[in-house]
Amino acid sequence: MLHIYCPHCAEYREEDEFHCAGQAHIARPLDPEACSDQEWGEYLFFRKNPRGLHHELWVHAAGCRKFFNMTRDTQSYEIKEVYKIGEQPSVVAE
Amino acid sequence: MSDLNNMTAAESAATKAAVMNQVPGPEIEGQSPLHHADLASLAKQGPKTGGIHLREQKLLGHLTLRCNAENAEQLAAVERVLGVALPLQPLTSTENGNYSIRWMSPDEWLILVPGLETFDIETKFRDEMPGHYSLVNSSGGSTVLELSGENVVDLLKKATPVDLHSKSFPVGKVVSTLFAKSTATIRRTGEQRFELVIRRSFSDYLWLWLQDASLEFGLVVEA
Repeated sequence: MLHIYCPHCAEYREEDEFHCAGQAHIARPLDPEACSDQEWGEYLFFRKNPRGLHHELWVHAAGCRKFFNMTRDTQSYEIKEVYKIGEQPSVVAE
Repeated sequence: MSDLNNMTAAESAATKAAVMNQVPGPEIEGQSPLHHADLASLAKQGPKTGGIHLREQKLLGHLTLRCNAENAEQLAAVERVLGVALPLQPLTSTENGNYSIRWMSPDEWLILVPGLETFDIETKFRDEMPGHYSLVNSSGGSTVLELSGENVVDLLKKATPVDLHSKSFPVGKVVSTLFAKSTATIRRTGEQRFELVIRRSFSDYLWLWLQDASLEFGLVVEA
């Protein structure tokens, strides 16, 4: 069970209250009409699956219902940091 | 589309058209989500002593306000309408007599008012609030249960993962969290007193669940 800090509620809560919404920082192409099929397909379907540091989008579903980002180690499950939408992570893979 | 932050008087008046009084009046009796449980009879016939006291605060007005916590004009308008400021710190609440405001998220608050005053307050908000905001009457979607008694913390511990120790859950704190496979917005109103805002559709489930969970402490229903 992860003990997750919600940056909006400003306290730790149980993992049960949260949902993971997948990889964070996926930018929608500014002009979808101009994308090739490959670019659009990669934007829609292709995700990282790293062993180690991963930036994820989470939502505090049973609490404040706000989204935030989390940097997590997929190997040790250690949560490196949480940060709000629009902020950049300070812990990044080398 | 007009700019919602700079509306003309006519545009602003048009936004009030969608407001209607959902309560027909005091002469027509409403039915709370727990009407079928007949808590009033249980209060008369049931046990008078026990570790858990349960009371439904039925047919309150529930208003969901979404606005900008950094807009001083909107904050001032809320204070003019309710006589109390919005709680801006996460997980806090404020109250003024029968009005209480719960922090739900950084831009959302739940305002509880007496049922028959709901429409007045909603109308006042439409008159006072400037700029871009949303006020929705969600009274029909939820109900409030008040739990108190010497074993109330023991009971809640069975239902929710939140730490209920008075150091981390002081009087006045509000959390939205999981509650017995459903969800609830729990507010501590006293050392041994809590208010739960629960979903209408889960009210029967939670009523059955609370009866079962409080068997070992003894449940006293209050009207």
